[in-house]
Amino acid sequence: MREFFQRAPIRRLLVILGVVLVVELITGPPGSNEHPVAGFTGSYHEAASYFGLFRTQRWVVFLTLALVAWGITEFWNWRGPTIRARASDALAGPRQVGEKRPVRVGFALVLLVLAILLPHIVNNAFWQSALVTYVAIYVLLAIGLNVVVGFAGLLDLGYVAFYAIGAYTTAWVTGALPTPPPFGHALDAFWAIPFAVVFVVIAGVLLGAPTLRLRGDYLAIVTLGFGEIITIFANNLYGITGGSTGTKQIPHPVFHVGPIKYTWGLAPVPYYYLALGSVVLFLIIFSLLQRSRVGRAWTAIREDEVAAESLGINPLKFKVMAFAVGAASAGFAGVITASADNFLFPSSFTLTFSINILVLVILGGMGSISGVVVGAVIIQVVQAYLNHTPPAGYQQPDLYIYVGALLITMMIFRPAGLIPSRQRRREITLYEKSHEGHPDEALLGDDV
Amino acid sequence: MGSFGHYLAAHFDTLKAEFWYLFVGGVANGLLYAMVAVGYTLVYGVLRLINFAHSEIFMSGGFAGYFVLRAMVGATVPAGFMSVLIIVLGIAAAGTAGAAAATLVERVAYRPLRRRRAPQLAYLISAIGASYFLFNLAGKEFGHLSVSDPQPYINHTVFTIFGAPVLMYDLIILVVSVVMFIALDWLVGRTRLGRGIRSVAQDAETASLMGVNIDRTIAITFIVGGALGGVAGFLYGLNIGVVYNMGFVPALKAFTAAVLGGIGNLRGAVVGGLLLGIVENLCVVFVQAAYIDVVAFGILVLVLLVRPTGILGERLGRTA
Repeated sequence: MREFFQRAPIRRLLVILGVVLVVELITGPPGSNEHPVAGFTGSYHEAASYFGLFRTQRWVVFLTLALVAWGITEFWNWRGPTIRARASDALAGPRQVGEKRPVRVGFALVLLVLAILLPHIVNNAFWQSALVTYVAIYVLLAIGLNVVVGFAGLLDLGYVAFYAIGAYTTAWVTGALPTPPPFGHALDAFWAIPFAVVFVVIAGVLLGAPTLRLRGDYLAIVTLGFGEIITIFANNLYGITGGSTGTKQIPHPVFHVGPIKYTWGLAPVPYYYLALGSVVLFLIIFSLLQRSRVGRAWTAIREDEVAAESLGINPLKFKVMAFAVGAASAGFAGVITASADNFLFPSSFTLTFSINILVLVILGGMGSISGVVVGAVIIQVVQAYLNHTPPAGYQQPDLYIYVGALLITMMIFRPAGLIPSRQRRREITLYEKSHEGHPDEALLGDDV
Repeated sequence: MGSFGHYLAAHFDTLKAEFWYLFVGGVANGLLYAMVAVGYTLVYGVLRLINFAHSEIFMSGGFAGYFVLRAMVGATVPAGFMSVLIIVLGIAAAGTAGAAAATLVERVAYRPLRRRRAPQLAYLISAIGASYFLFNLAGKEFGHLSVSDPQPYINHTVFTIFGAPVLMYDLIILVVSVVMFIALDWLVGRTRLGRGIRSVAQDAETASLMGVNIDRTIAITFIVGGALGGVAGFLYGLNIGVVYNMGFVPALKAFTAAVLGGIGNLRGAVVGGLLLGIVENLCVVFVQAAYIDVVAFGILVLVLLVRPTGILGERLGRTA
């Protein structure tokens, strides 16, 4: 009996059944305090159908799905390697073309034109505003966090703090906070940009200089604490930040240079272009940085800090730099959000937010700029869709269940992300290979 | 400067007047932190990782205890033997739930990565994923609003210390935690199992050559730490109530306590927990209640910068 369960196909079937039971639960109806079992029973017993064909119950549908998934796994185990080899043969040609610089730049330009035309293609009020509030801002944040997590390999769980600083600086500069604005009179939101960038960079250095000496896991906890502290202060310093009610009077930005005057209003599309412009700006800055001496120093530190140090790289200096540079784009995102929304509440700057950004980076691929952009767009579009047209039984916080599951799944099956940076993938495989034959060392995670 | 001195003097007077009252509350909180901190320290010993999902182990204990109380406590508040029975059952349920959640986390979020010998960043991310998954799932199944536990006992003053009342609740925490700490100290220091845990913490390669089953030892470490975390969640919920994200702040403080005492050091975790609980409670005199969490983080950052090995020093694998 025991032998039967230990056979590989049977074990895979059991794992798939377990996973499907969980999937059934998280997609099922919610429970509540009064009916703590309702979610469980409902998830398995609720009526369902195969695409409206037969009427049956959820567990039947999911059992079928499990069996189909098992069939696919078994088929893949049998034929997978051959298929993969053939696919990689077939893709070898296009891949070589794709790696040529002019082709990549051309492709990027096509995407940019598409991004410029996008608000006119989706001629729908919800999606036009979603492009700003759900997509563009988050892409900006994700590429910034990618500098910290992807390039320098530092896990920052307090990234939201920089975003909050950017947003609050905007409110301050435009005179929307109880604190008097700089130089005594309210300025336009555009003036918030230099202030925000300076403040987030200072915050990045202040936070980074003492904490970046710490081990990776300690750093994660300390940054997490930092994010929480910023929220606590924003929530409680009534005289300075407006407290838990935040502020609702941030004016729209006005661009006024010489004869040109343009006022951003309530319509989302102009903000989309503002955000898109910043995204393009930061994409260019970050990809240039990645290829520069600084970028190579980050890679060296990430791969082997001791070796990098012995080559004359000052790890602390470059780590602090990664913090500050990554924070800059979050500051930008904060300015755009605050002026597009006209309001801000401290309750929107939570740990959850930092982790959501982390997920965008991880799905696409840490260290891969194109991957991060793609990952961010995918997740944010799905999130906007789910919030706009929620399926039966879906509540907004349910998204985080999926997010958590996605993080674990990615780490188990595809740690380098959907579109991995070649270098990062090589590093991970090399790391894992170098620890083969030393089960214990790997088991301890090694003090890297 | 004078007004600042005046401020301090005035607050020190309050501190003097309220000291024992705050001290009792601080000890009770500190013991809870210590119970959670022990879980961090144990796992850190064998895996060299912060178990980010430990807050959800705490939460599952809280909910398990809540459901036991809901089933057992009727319209009137129980007393005498019935109270004891209900609390014992609650502790058993919470410990089991905590251990089960910890095992689940270890199997799903850690073991596959260990098999693949993943770099450390991967473990952290996967653990954050597990934490996120668990607490939001709890939110979906049990609602997103906080509920208070039905009271299984009358929370009267049992005795007073220098005029400060010690409530039934404080006494329960004291008895339960002290029993568990003694049991744990014995388990890790004196049994074969504990020797296994210590040997893996010290040098996993050699331990495996000596015939220690590493997978099994790690699983047991998670179970022990999870059981303590679960019970702490139940005791915490008795007073504050339960909610899906109840684990976040206490777990962060417990981690601070573990670092404060010296990570990997079991007795250090207890000392750190007590110290943090007391200091935090005494700070209520000086800062507004809203900033208490800031104090805890401040202590964490300070310890990490000034003495990263903690008060009693890091100990991986040596007795207690």
